[in-house]
Amino acid sequence: MTSTDSAFFGRLTWDAFPITGLIQNPSANEIIANAAAAIVIVGVVAVVSVLTWFRLWGPLWRDWLTSADHKKIGIMYIVFAIVMLARGVLEGVVMRAQQAAGPGDGFLEPEHFAELFSTHGTIMIFFVAVPFVFGLANFLVPLMIGARDVAFPVMNQIGLGLTVSAGMMLMVSLVVGEFSTGGWTAYPPYTGAAFNPGVGPDYWIWAIVVSGIGTTLTGINFAVTIYKLRAPGMKFMRLPMYCWTIICSSILIIFAMPPLGVAALLLAADRYLDFHFFTNDLGGNMMNYANLFWLFGHPEVYLLVLPAYGIYSEVFATFSAKRLYGYNSLVIATMSIAVLSFTVWLHHFFTMGQSALINAVFGIATMLIAIPTGVKVYDWMATLWRGRIRFSVPMLYGLAFLMLFVIGGLSGVILANPTVDYQVHNTLFLVAHFHNVLLPGVLFGLLAGYNYWFPKAFGFRLNEFWGRVSVACWTLGFLLTFMPLYFVGLMGMPRRSFSWEDPSFHPYMIIAVIGALVITCGLFSILIQLWVSIRDREQTRAPVGDPWDARTLEWSIPSPPPPYNFAIIPKVTERDDFAAAKERGEAYPAPDAYEDIDMPRNTGIGFVLCVFSGIWMFALVWWIWWLAALMTVLMILAVIIWSFDTSTEITIPAEEVRQDHEAWLALVHSTPAVDRDHESAPENRGLARPDMEAVT
Amino acid sequence: MDRRTEMHRRERRRYVIGYGGSLLLTLVVFGIAHQFGIETKGVYLTIGLLGLAQLILQLIYFLHIDRRRSSREDLDLILFSTLVLLIIIGGTIWVLGNLALRMHMHVM
Amino acid sequence: MRRAPRHSYPGINLGEDHASAHKASEVVTFGFWVFLMSDLVYFGLMFAVYITMIDAQAGGPGPHELFDLKSIFAQTLILLTSSLTVGLAMLALKYNLPRARIVLWFGVTLVLGLCFLVLEVRDFMNMAAQGGIPQRSGFLSAFYGLVPLHGLHVAAGCIWLLILGIQLRVMGMTDLVMSRVVRLALFWHFLDLIWIGIITIVYFGGLAYG
Repeated sequence: MTSTDSAFFGRLTWDAFPITGLIQNPSANEIIANAAAAIVIVGVVAVVSVLTWFRLWGPLWRDWLTSADHKKIGIMYIVFAIVMLARGVLEGVVMRAQQAAGPGDGFLEPEHFAELFSTHGTIMIFFVAVPFVFGLANFLVPLMIGARDVAFPVMNQIGLGLTVSAGMMLMVSLVVGEFSTGGWTAYPPYTGAAFNPGVGPDYWIWAIVVSGIGTTLTGINFAVTIYKLRAPGMKFMRLPMYCWTIICSSILIIFAMPPLGVAALLLAADRYLDFHFFTNDLGGNMMNYANLFWLFGHPEVYLLVLPAYGIYSEVFATFSAKRLYGYNSLVIATMSIAVLSFTVWLHHFFTMGQSALINAVFGIATMLIAIPTGVKVYDWMATLWRGRIRFSVPMLYGLAFLMLFVIGGLSGVILANPTVDYQVHNTLFLVAHFHNVLLPGVLFGLLAGYNYWFPKAFGFRLNEFWGRVSVACWTLGFLLTFMPLYFVGLMGMPRRSFSWEDPSFHPYMIIAVIGALVITCGLFSILIQLWVSIRDREQTRAPVGDPWDARTLEWSIPSPPPPYNFAIIPKVTERDDFAAAKERGEAYPAPDAYEDIDMPRNTGIGFVLCVFSGIWMFALVWWIWWLAALMTVLMILAVIIWSFDTSTEITIPAEEVRQDHEAWLALVHSTPAVDRDHESAPENRGLARPDMEAVT
Repeated sequence: MDRRTEMHRRERRRYVIGYGGSLLLTLVVFGIAHQFGIETKGVYLTIGLLGLAQLILQLIYFLHIDRRRSSREDLDLILFSTLVLLIIIGGTIWVLGNLALRMHMHVM
Repeated sequence: MRRAPRHSYPGINLGEDHASAHKASEVVTFGFWVFLMSDLVYFGLMFAVYITMIDAQAGGPGPHELFDLKSIFAQTLILLTSSLTVGLAMLALKYNLPRARIVLWFGVTLVLGLCFLVLEVRDFMNMAAQGGIPQRSGFLSAFYGLVPLHGLHVAAGCIWLLILGIQLRVMGMTDLVMSRVVRLALFWHFLDLIWIGIITIVYFGGLAYG
């Protein structure tokens, strides 16, 4: 602590606000920084005004913020992820524009460019992919396994609160101070106190620690939910493929988030308390950090991509009107990938200086992952084979995935060879590779899932036209942006360069920025699609609940589902139980009797911890010690006080359940069934007429 | 004596056995360290194995983990965790130990 | 030995006297086990970091100058005994012994936990007096990253014990409180297991290889 720090505000001064920089030195760089800060402030003001104008604070608090309903928590996760996705995409566009403005220095300051690639990576991984994946999982898993909620509803809410408060720190860093310049991996010494004594790395550290705790709680929750809360008869080998991927993903979280927490906290110890874990002097070893980080980092990419595989498995089966081909092999492949992902972390730092033997071992282990992944690709293609395929939006995303992902996977096998890796390490070839697996792999999967399950969540379908536009934009934009990067990477252009001189890179950079603009169109077409769909929702309502003639349990209940999901817990007799019941004509049975249902009561603990942890992180970043101490005490007290609360459940009387369910059953019987040719027509009210028997 | 009291006694005995065994192992370990010093590899190996024995003893007698009943989720969980831990701890020591060797980092 | 009923939680459990608490706590107890395994990975990595940094003493004081085996021996005995007493508290609860008995074992565990912490802090202060502070070397950073982490867990366990003692008084022996006692016992035994790792790897390992 220096003498200029005050006891009350720590190291927070007026210089922390970007407007000070704009006044002192008006430049393109400062204007962009201020515009970004202004967007955050205007966004907050706009949201607050809308909520106040329409008097929505009460409903927001009662129906959403305090809700322990897994479906609402899932939707809140996804809203958060889409907001963060917008920021991440725009940052990507600015970065591509900076590189396209070369040769030479472009229009950004080097530090600003470094902040951009650091926030872009951090946001896309931790605050887009993870919340989107677990938002969908939240919404879907209890519905798919025939449960009324997750195992720990309140812990679920706390996980959301911590993730959101950590994401907010990245937004705050736009307005107060600056973010880390050390990349999303935050390697010391770039992020060490000696090189960067500012607040940037501290924002990164606390955002990662807090969101990591939130994610760990979520992972524990879903592992236990799937393990313990399955409906009677829902044996493991009858689980929908998606649930298998979520259980593997949860296991990865449980074992792979701790390394990230350790890495970030030890870095914090170095920066705050002058420890010597990763410093250059007194016995510190910065390679220890790289090792810890990638012990997390590699399983992380699989915990993101496995649920996307699960989504594709459901989408391919439904829109081919077939059973998923090779279910057992897909399960085994998923488990193999999960276990193998713990054995390959070293391929992220082949060039560290260890022996060739170690590199060879990890290189081979990496290549092994291509085997189960290949099995999956063939299984999906075999699912499509001779199916009755409908090219609706989720299916289009799936087909784009099948073709593009294989390219990304193969470039990964190339990189798994240490001798090749030495040549292309830290070049744009690598950037092209991981965007090639993360966009078509993870993001397309999430968007496919968003389009596929949207009618389940809200009771009406999304607009097909704008959905197709978004598929086209994302696919074309992806190809234009990232394919050129393979070439400039092989030509030797390093990643994360804010300037370059070789004129032969220029055409590729121009194509890439055009691609980035097309991706932006993809982003906007998603937002337009949402707007148009809400506007035209009367034409696309599907309250009966099964608009796609789908196969798994979540489609056997109303859309949107009642708070308790299932009026009667289903008894499962086989895989794809709902599809089989429809075939036998036994879907939508009327139960003999109803019973009272206990559901978790609303609680404010998640929101309270969200606010307290947010202030706690801010206080730590700015060295406002009294406030950090106060928040620590308040968070502990909040949990203790909450633990004295005994009325955690409300009971929904059987009579109410009966009325709702019988009204819906009446709707089912009065709704005309539609066949697959009229899937996107207004008469599709969610009752499917299976016009083709399931082919195995 | 009714069955409940009998069960209570039996369970309490488990804890006492676990405690006694752990106590004994602790005494032996510290005794070895005191008597022989722990400069030699053999002595340290012995201490390490006795530590492992105490871990297993406490898992059985305090945490009631055993392999007899087949539906033991805990045991599966512990075994899987052990596998992951072996991979990541062993891998870390292997990789960074090798690096230290090649960088001559021990000569400080 | 009598086989447990099919649906009962097989490990530490509340037994048939508390069937409803038992069933409710089954899912929670399994979840807590999963959490413990995640926590175990934290400790495992800190052990790995410590092992890779045993040599990184940078000319500062090492294990031979700093470690006080007598104090470690005392701490080991205290923590081991507290693991027994928390188990006895569990049994008192399971077999409906008078509440005074439960409170007694809780109290003994709490006192032992606090004694352990006092001795540990005294050790750290003695080490610091000889220049053994975390800022001195990578080795000492790794030591202070790991052993106080365990101490922090014990401190959290002590707070938990205290709160549960209050809840036993205020809320009575409800299902919720009983299932929390089960989890506390698990947590406490887990900390004893970690401590065995610490004496074996940190203290003896440090002395053997440092």
